[in-house]
Amino acid sequence: MNRIWSWAALTFGLVYFALPLIGMAVFSLKMRRGVYSFDAYTKVLGDPRFQETFAYSTVMALFTIAFGVLLVVPTAYWVRLKLPGLRPYIEFLTLMPLVIPAIVIVFGYIRLFNTSSWLPLTGTAMGTNLLLMFGYTTLALPYMYRAVDTGLRTIDVATLTEAAQSLGAGWTTILAKVILPNVLVAVLSGAFLTFAIVIGEFTMAALLNRPAFGPYLQVLGANRAYEPAALAVISFAITWVCMGLIQLITRFSKHTKAAR
Amino acid sequence: MQTDKGPTARMRLPLHWLGVAPFLIFALLFLILPTMNIVLGAFRTPEGSFTLENIAALSTGTIPAAYWISIKISVASALLGCLIGFAVAAAVVLGGLPKWIRGPLLTFSGVASNFAGVPLAFAFLATLGPLGMVTVFLKTQLGFDLRAHGFNLLSFWGLTITYLFFQIPLMILIITPALDGLKKEWKEAASILGATGPQYWRMVAFPILFPSLLGTFALLFANAFGAVATAIALTGSSMSIVPILLFAQIRGDVLGNPHLGYALAFGMIVVTGIANAVYIWLRARSERWLK
Repeated sequence: MNRIWSWAALTFGLVYFALPLIGMAVFSLKMRRGVYSFDAYTKVLGDPRFQETFAYSTVMALFTIAFGVLLVVPTAYWVRLKLPGLRPYIEFLTLMPLVIPAIVIVFGYIRLFNTSSWLPLTGTAMGTNLLLMFGYTTLALPYMYRAVDTGLRTIDVATLTEAAQSLGAGWTTILAKVILPNVLVAVLSGAFLTFAIVIGEFTMAALLNRPAFGPYLQVLGANRAYEPAALAVISFAITWVCMGLIQLITRFSKHTKAAR
Repeated sequence: MQTDKGPTARMRLPLHWLGVAPFLIFALLFLILPTMNIVLGAFRTPEGSFTLENIAALSTGTIPAAYWISIKISVASALLGCLIGFAVAAAVVLGGLPKWIRGPLLTFSGVASNFAGVPLAFAFLATLGPLGMVTVFLKTQLGFDLRAHGFNLLSFWGLTITYLFFQIPLMILIITPALDGLKKEWKEAASILGATGPQYWRMVAFPILFPSLLGTFALLFANAFGAVATAIALTGSSMSIVPILLFAQIRGDVLGNPHLGYALAFGMIVVTGIANAVYIWLRARSERWLK
């Protein structure tokens, strides 16, 4: 009896999740009348707008990851080492982007950093790119901080630091050569999640008018029939790869075993 | 971690704070100040003096309807997400299904909960849209016309069903550890005392899980309430929910009053803020039971 209900619940879940995935996959193959073909994919992949926006979003994701790591790792390390009392407050701050919707944050950016403000970031394309990167870093902050902090929990930060110091290492050396390699798995998990978030992000890029992949998707969706489905399949594959990589590196590491 | 290093360390205390300065400056510039700017703007006239008129203006025009439909969609998708996610998680954790299902299910949940935004809307358009797989199948094979029976993807139920695609996996991810925390001994103790299955659930398991369930509900609610991309890609601007209204307002001041836009955004912060406060408070309560 119990088991029948369990199978029923699981089957319901499977059907609900499988149908849209099958639906988009089938739809993406139907561009040529009557037969299944990869026409929609060739068309999309050959579209210069696709290549530009996808490249833009990939570069933005990489910069966001780099900046996020530079911001989060030293902070999380320092808080664990010297200011443990501050930890709940920092953690609370990092959770704020889950509370404040992205659309409100970017609204604030537009008001605060417009051309007539004290820091006119939206005045130039480069400035707006920078602002978008900061925005993405903010969006990814809850996940990045949590991942790194969990990674730091599994190593003895104080002992490692003292050992490195007694061998004459400075702060940069400690962070780059001792701490970072030890939390690399956690950092990579955060990085892949950041990548998955940034690559298809729509709201911030659209409102800051940057030529990113998310707004391109939306415009295409409003004007075409089959190409959006093909892009949805590609996006799903990217998300899947990112999550798969997280699982993979977690499984092949010794350090995070204790934490998960 | 031991950090107290005596009086010399205390002399250098201000230097310690320098270590977190970059992060605090970043958070101040790109998280706190922008939000404060919106919140303060909601209480200001264009000339800069204090007013409650913007907040009062939220009750005019299409705005109350937009909030109402947003809240309805968020409640419905959070409620259904909780129920279905709980059923699936309980089936896998407690229902005696083969053990190997668990790993793939959690991995898939991780993927699906991140598969939101514009592509998700495309997937549902390709499935339940006018030319979608399921719609066409029902029509040609079973002679059942979804549209004629009142189903439309660009509606309350359409959005709710779409949102469930990221709500259910999120519920599974959060509730599975809580279900793991239900100890076998509690069930055994209850049955020794003569409790039936339903009694065990009603009097032991459910009260323990209740904070987690309610907390996750609040989180899912906030999650759906702030979702912009899926809604816009799905409905264009044909459906007036709060995030879409705010998006249009930021783009082109459709409300004709910039400060009303601030008030609209402030309202969103209040709603998601309350939901998240409930979540954080309840999660702290429920963690007592989970080690």
